[in-house]
Formats: sequence, structure tokens, C-alpha cells
Amino acid sequence: MNTEHAKERELRALMIAGLNGDAAAHRALLSALSGHLRAYYRNKLVRSGRGPEEAEDLVQEALMAIHTRRDTYDPAELLTPWVYAIARYKLIDHLRHSRSKQANVPIEDALDVMAADDRAATESSLDLTKLLAKLPEKVRLAIRYVKIEGLSVVEAAARCGISESAVKINVHRGLKALSAAIAQDKAK
Amino acid sequence: MKTDELIDVLSTNVERVDTGKVSRNLQLAIVGGLILALITGLAVLGVRCDLRNPSAFGFLVLKVGFGVAVILLGSHYLLKHARPGGEMRSWIFVTTIPFVAVMALAGVSLISAPASHWDHMLMGDRWIECLLSIPVIAVVPFAVIMWAVRMAAPTNLARTGALAGLVAGGISAVAYALHCTDDSLPFVAVWYGGTIVLCTVAGALLGQKLLRW
Repeated sequence: MNTEHAKERELRALMIAGLNGDAAAHRALLSALSGHLRAYYRNKLVRSGRGPEEAEDLVQEALMAIHTRRDTYDPAELLTPWVYAIARYKLIDHLRHSRSKQANVPIEDALDVMAADDRAATESSLDLTKLLAKLPEKVRLAIRYVKIEGLSVVEAAARCGISESAVKINVHRGLKALSAAIAQDKAK
Repeated sequence: MKTDELIDVLSTNVERVDTGKVSRNLQLAIVGGLILALITGLAVLGVRCDLRNPSAFGFLVLKVGFGVAVILLGSHYLLKHARPGGEMRSWIFVTTIPFVAVMALAGVSLISAPASHWDHMLMGDRWIECLLSIPVIAVVPFAVIMWAVRMAAPTNLARTGALAGLVAGGISAVAYALHCTDDSLPFVAVWYGGTIVLCTVAGALLGQKLLRW
């Protein structure tokens, strides 16, 4: 009966470890959340005749938002409502800016974002390479070295010829810009 | 793109994150906005020159107290609303308490005065100045506060914008109070209260456009 509580406790522990710089915990958190987000968005979208690809776009958008805005999570609070608020915000924003506004998507359902889990991923329509190409070169390189090739910040700083803190700032800004670019893509 | 690829990217080289920064930035913006508003008010309007008069001083304290109450309550809820889901467990109608209190006091003061004084008590000498000054002085603190809110992640944009407008209006009222010589409770209720509500409505409308993320 207490699976919800157990889930919350487990995910929150992963979140807090991730906030302290634990990459494995962060990966485990994002991976677990992606299943819940997928089930949530598919439930909302596919029922009204939209493809699973659109749901996957939203899963990725929400994951980006969760990652780039994780400094807005207050460790003293529950994690589930924070994740749900982001998931719901991204859904509403998506519906407002996607062409088929009229489709009847039930947003106000009390369905909890953690209620179901769906691991059957499809590919999203988002193209990381194309999105990266929109960023300024310094920012793009910082993300490529640190986040894709997995170089340390020190190595990336040496390759770019800038300071370590500049690399960190570029990565952070770049991910936020990517997040924004995805949202803008939708608005078109 | 596959979602697993994205997760790979996001969980490579994970940095430590400071979760207190969102609140600190906002508090800093509110204090900074207050200082900027006070400087604007003092430079453009100056301080009333009758402060040795105890009644004038008393009214200054009352007006500043009203503004500070608005700022404190508004800031409390703004700090919550800046985070995702903050709107879910906040009872923001508490922010109306200073307005209700000042309107109640204004009502008592009107009832206890002869009807022939009501016109002057409500309109004062410079209601136009008040009507213009408070929204204008509020622009800079509003901009500073919105800038800080944009670094967070509000999920109810209209409400968050409204709270930012409310706090900026309260800040502006404090700055204007130093200059204002219209000493009556009905004046404070109508013109201070009204202009702050105006700032709140403007904040709600702008929030929906400016706070998207």
C-alpha cells in the first residue's frame, strides 16, 4: 500500500545525491523519471489521437527542464509534486503552442505523474545535433566536450583555452539554451 | 533522438548544485529593488519637511508600515511561487490582509468624521501625484524582481507575476510615503491600496509573457 511513499523516498534520495554531484544517482533518477513521464504524457496525448513521438518530445523536454532547473528543488520538500508541476507546466505549454489546440486533452485529471511507468521508448523528433548547431560555438564545444565526449572540466578548459569556471558556465547556459530552443521549435 | 541518449548527456559530469541560490537571488533582488526605489524617490521627490510634527511622523510610520506588510507577505509567497509547484500549497489570499486592515481603519475614520470632510479625506491634495508616482517608481524594482524570478522556474506564471507586481508596488509605496503629505487613512486605503493593486494586475498580465521557460 505504501509503494507511492517508497517510490517518493527512493527518488528523492537519488535527487538529493544528484544535487550533491553524484552522477550515477542523477542518471538513475532521470532514467526512473523518464518512465513515469512517458506513461503520463502518453496517457494524456495518445488517448486524444496523438502519436507516441509527440509524447517522447515532451518526455525529453521535461527531462531537460528537470535537469537544468534542478536548483529550484527545495530538498526540504517532497520531490513528486515538484516533478508533477514541471511535467504539467510543459504539457500545458506544449498544448498552447502546438497547432492542434482543439484536441481534447484532459489536463486536470488527478492522475499522479508517478502512478504509472512506461519503459517502451520511441525516438523523439528532436535532433540534438541540429539543436546544438544553433548555439554559439564556445557553448557548443563546452557541451560537446563535457556532456557528450565526457571529458573532465579541466580537460575541456584546456582544449577550449578558457578557465574551468567559464566551461561550467557555458555548459549550464548551453543546456538552458537547448531547453529554450526545444520550446521555441514547438512555438513555430 | 533517443531519450537514453539525452539521459547520457545530462548525467555526464554532473555538477554540484546550490539549491539555496534561487531564494537568495530573489531576496537580493527585493532588497536591491527597495534600495533603488528609495534612491529614485529621494532624488526625484525628496522627503516631506514636516517630520517634527508628531501627527505627520505617525502617518509616515503608518504608510511605511502598510508598504512593509505588503512587501513581507508578498515576498513570502513569491519565494514559494518561484519554484515549480509552489502554487499548490500556498494560500495567497493572506496577502490581502494589509489591504483589508487599512480599508477597515479607513472606514472607521470616515464614520467618525463629519460627512463634509469625506471628500478631502478621500482625495487629499495630491491624489494624481500618488496615482502616477507609485506605478512609475515600481517599474525598476519590478524589473529587478522579474529578472530574479526568471532564473527560477515558476509554474503558475500569472500568479507569480502578480506577486512580483505586488511586492514592487509595496516597495514603491514605501518610497513614495517618505514624500507624501496627504495624511488620512481613506487616502492611504484608496490611493496606496489602489495603485498597488494596479501594479499587481500589471504583473499578472506581464508575468504570462515574461516568465515563460
